[in-house]
Amino acid sequence: MGVGSFFTSKLDEAIGWARKYSIFQYPFVTACCGMEYMATACSHYDIDRFGAGLPRFSPRQADVLFVVGTISHKMAPVLKRIYDQMTEPKWVVAFGVCTCTGGFYDNYATVQGIDTIIPVDIYIPGCPPRPESVIDGLMKLQDRIATGAQRY
Amino acid sequence: MDGAAILEQLAARFGASIVETHDHRGDHTAVVDRAAITDVLRHCRDEPALAFDMLMDLTAVDYLKFPGREDGPRFEVVYHLVSLPHNHRLRLKVRVDEDDAVVPSAVPLWPIANWFEREVWDMFGVVFAGHPDPRRLLMYEEFVGHALRKDYPINRRQPLIGPPA
Repeated sequence: MGVGSFFTSKLDEAIGWARKYSIFQYPFVTACCGMEYMATACSHYDIDRFGAGLPRFSPRQADVLFVVGTISHKMAPVLKRIYDQMTEPKWVVAFGVCTCTGGFYDNYATVQGIDTIIPVDIYIPGCPPRPESVIDGLMKLQDRIATGAQRY
Repeated sequence: MDGAAILEQLAARFGASIVETHDHRGDHTAVVDRAAITDVLRHCRDEPALAFDMLMDLTAVDYLKFPGREDGPRFEVVYHLVSLPHNHRLRLKVRVDEDDAVVPSAVPLWPIANWFEREVWDMFGVVFAGHPDPRRLLMYEEFVGHALRKDYPINRRQPLIGPPA
């Protein structure tokens, strides 16, 4: 092996770098934000560029939970169970104001922010957020993953 | 049959059980005494000249503190009937007090009333006597109160429910 043909790294950094480009997300889509999620996932905005192109529809195969849309009190136990079923390491993205704070659904039926149920890593505000906001949130999530930061 | 004729026929047949009638822009309404509502509904469904074969909607209104109705019965249960053969419509109302908010169930007449009445029970707390499955429809079992009552506090927060053990 000649000089310059190898490099050194910390194992954590190498794993973090690998993980941040292989995001298998579980889209927990309950409402209108789902349209914006689909727009972001499809070819025009193409989140496959960030290694997040393959949604998994089983929580056991996913490592990022995208909570996309209003969560009602009746749906809260379902979301909690989905989160518990995911294997570690896992991250949670709150997509849209309804998941961040309840949004304008300040009423008897809506959970006032999913962080009352499960820990959240990234909040993407907007009603619904534009794909640019989603990609910005996704890149912030990648930074978190690369440093190994988790909230579970 | 046009709406005014339907109201006349009902008034002729049921007399004092039809408390009042009115129409507004071609929509005809009869307020019916609670004791007679099942008979009136059955008559509307089975009489060939009426033939209301469809219960379009069943809902309720809370008139708490409504201007001009402070003294009257608090709740009004509203039936919207449609006849597909005759293409005519009718609205029936039953007034009930808060202390005695019980109305006979319409499930034996129209099975669709099952979920409508569960929703009205869930949101307003009106009991439907004889309902085969009197559970909440929209809210969860642990929910306390009835959310669409005018005296349900708009900012009341109830505890989160967890996954079933």
